[in-house]
Order: sequence, then C-alpha cells, then structure tokens
Amino acid sequence: MAINTEKNSYTIIFAAAMVAVVGTILAFLASSLSEKIKENERLEKQQNILYAMGINENEGEGSVNFIPTDAVAGEFSKYIKEQLIIEGDKITKDDQAYLIDLKKQATAAKNGETRKLPLFIGDKDGKTFYIIPMRGKGLWDAIWGFVALDEEMVVQGVYFDHAAETPGLGANIKQRYFMDDFVGESILDGTKYAGITVAKGNNDPLNEIKDDNEVDALAGATITGNGVSAMISESVNLYKDYLETIRVK
Amino acid sequence: MALLSKKDANLIIDPLADNNPITIQVLGICSALAITAELKASVVMAISVLFVLGIGNVVISLMRNIIPSKIRIIVQLIVVATLVIIVDQILKAFAYELSKTLSVFVGLIITNCIIMGRFEAFALGNGPWKSFLDGIGNSLGYGVILIIVGFFRELLGSGTLFGFPVLGNPIAKTGLYATGYENNGFMIIPPAALIVVGIIIWVQRSRNKALIEDN
Repeated sequence: MAINTEKNSYTIIFAAAMVAVVGTILAFLASSLSEKIKENERLEKQQNILYAMGINENEGEGSVNFIPTDAVAGEFSKYIKEQLIIEGDKITKDDQAYLIDLKKQATAAKNGETRKLPLFIGDKDGKTFYIIPMRGKGLWDAIWGFVALDEEMVVQGVYFDHAAETPGLGANIKQRYFMDDFVGESILDGTKYAGITVAKGNNDPLNEIKDDNEVDALAGATITGNGVSAMISESVNLYKDYLETIRVK
Repeated sequence: MALLSKKDANLIIDPLADNNPITIQVLGICSALAITAELKASVVMAISVLFVLGIGNVVISLMRNIIPSKIRIIVQLIVVATLVIIVDQILKAFAYELSKTLSVFVGLIITNCIIMGRFEAFALGNGPWKSFLDGIGNSLGYGVILIIVGFFRELLGSGTLFGFPVLGNPIAKTGLYATGYENNGFMIIPPAALIVVGIIIWVQRSRNKALIEDN
C-alpha cells in the first residue's frame, strides 16, 4: 500500500516523528558523551594555561605542541603554584579557579554582580608568571586565550584559540608564528594598561621592536586581529588593580 | 566483470570534470571561496564533505518514498545537521585534537549547497547505491577544485604548501625571494578564489566546447 505523502496530516505526523527521533538520538548522544567531552575540555584548559607560560613541547619553529593529555594534570599541579579568584577587593585561593566560565562571569557583570576573575600564578625555574585568561569576539564567534606576564608586565607567552574563525585567515591566530610575536611585548604604555595592538602598518614584520605595544597583523584577517587587540586590552584592564599590586615599578 | 557498471562509474567520473559541482553546477562556491587560502583547510573540507555527502545521500535516498514533498528541504537540512553534529560530538569525546581542527568546518558543511543540491537533485529520485556513488563523485569533484584553488592560493599568496615554505623565506629573502619575487597578498583574500575558479572554468570550457551554453 502506497502512503499518500501529500496529505497535511501525514506531513504533520512525519515532522513530529522526525523531530522526536532526531531529538532522542542527539539527546542520548549528548548525555552519554558529555562527561568525556567535559574532561577533554578540562585537560585542554590546563594545556592552554601551561602553554602560555612556556610549558609545552614546542621544538624550534613550527607547530603548537602541548604537554600530552595524560601528563598534563601532573604538570599543571607542579607548575601552577596558586590559583586566585579576584572578586572586587576580595582575593581568594581556589584550586578549581581554572574551571570558571568567563562567559558566565561577563554576563553576571552585565547584570550588576561582581565578576569573578580567575588568575593563575605559575612558577618555572624560580621565575613567576601571572597568567590571565581572556575572552573576546572574533569575526564569526568567540575567541579566547591566556596571556602570561612577569612582574614588569612583559608578555612571556600567549595562547589564543577561537570557535569559528575562517580557516587559513582568522584561524591562524592560534599559529606559532602569530602567537610567538607577542613574547617580549609590554602590555604597559607608560603607566597605562594599553594591551597589545595587532597592527597592520607597523612596518615591523620581524617584530624586532618590542616597546611599541604592537605586533604584525595577519593578512586577510583584519576583524579577527582587531578582536584580539580588543580582547587583550579589555582583559588586562579587568585585572589592572591586581596587577598594580604586583608590578615592579 | 567490472566492479561498477558503466552507468554507475559515470556517476563518479562525471562530477570530476564535465559535470563538476563547482565549475559546471555552480554549487558550493561559498565554501570554495572561504576556506581555500590554505591547502590543508581545502583537504580537510574535501574529506569532510566526502563523508557527509556520501552518507547523507544514502540516508535521504532510503527515506525518499516517505518524505512529504512539502517539507523535504527541512527534512534534508535536519538529516545533514544531525549527521554533522553526531560526528562532531563523537570526535569531541574520542579524538579531541581532530575535533578542534574540524570544528570550524561544521557550520560550513551544514550550509554547503552541494549537499542540499545533491539531496534534492539526485538522492530524492534514486536508490541508495546510486546515491552513494553520486555523493562520492560529487564530493570528489568538489574536493578536486578546492585542492587546485587551495594549491595556487597558498603557493602564490604565502609561498608555502601545507604550511611548509617552498619558495624560500620572504622575510630573510632567500630562495626565489632573493630574485625580487614577492608573495601576492591578494591571493589570500576570498576574491582571489573567485578568479582562480573563473580561470578553471575558462580552461575547462575552452577544452570542451560542449560545455558552452548557446544564448
């Protein structure tokens, strides 16, 4: 018996059944995999934070190589000495601070609540790193990252990532050749927290000038680059009060 | 006996040249422009589409007799979106690194008009095996163009292939750059892809006059 697929009632039943089937499959998949996915994301965050302070397996120039996932938890507790949550004037220690969702905190701040700002203090070979998480907007979607500073507010390392920047253009913010340029730049301009601008016309493609608060931009990725500039300056300014207390003047 | 009958083989061979989805059917142009600045991105996208279109065509073909024609486009969209999300979630759980590379392509695959185009034009009217071959053929045809465009754009725009410098170092002026050669920044931006695709179409039509439409 052939079904009359043109009837309205059939169309409605079909649509309802389709939604139910697809919904069930996706809900089942999401709930059964969510724990594993969360765990992967947690380890990735640890890898990113360590990467920013220079704990990674990079060799020479080339690709980004994190600490392997099976070793990252150990390395994280070894190198990250303190995790702080800055809430207005109140600073508390919390070893789960790295799990704070910056997006939720930004929404909370919009609703008039005090933002919880996580900050990680790392120690490598006697040198202290202050690692600030960042979050901003790229061309298509969110961009985020970590910047590691020393007491003189000079960048020791950065890590950037993105949700959906264009492959080959904006997506290259997570390439070594872009991120490595930030090392050695100061986020201070005089005493102002100026951040670092991704500049198109700075005539410094080798990035030899380290006191101009600028790095060379990516060709064809203007909006993403502007997003990175804005993200850095907004993020460091959130931490301004705390950074002033540790800054060597 | 050949593995495929002549008719079936044509389903794979035709889209590679004379019925190419990009240069003849003019489908999937948006992604061809967006992500071909690098060869690696082109290859990843080609493989992703191969996978989604191959399976999607089979699923749609199996459902072709029960899909109400009034809502068929929505049904097609749901099928492709579901497939892509399932793959994305599984990769996130079991191959996280790979999923990071692919995540930016997810949206591009779902909205790729080649996929909807083949569902609509072929899978709705043909059996699963033929639809599978059609899906493979079209995604290969799509991939070939993507890779050709990506090759020229990365080579001329950045002087690299798969990220490896092949023409020397543009900043230290070694290799070809020592002779005064410069990378063409224009090749990195999307309009360059349109020009490369245009040149491919030109070459293809001048070699095969049958493709030229009479006005």
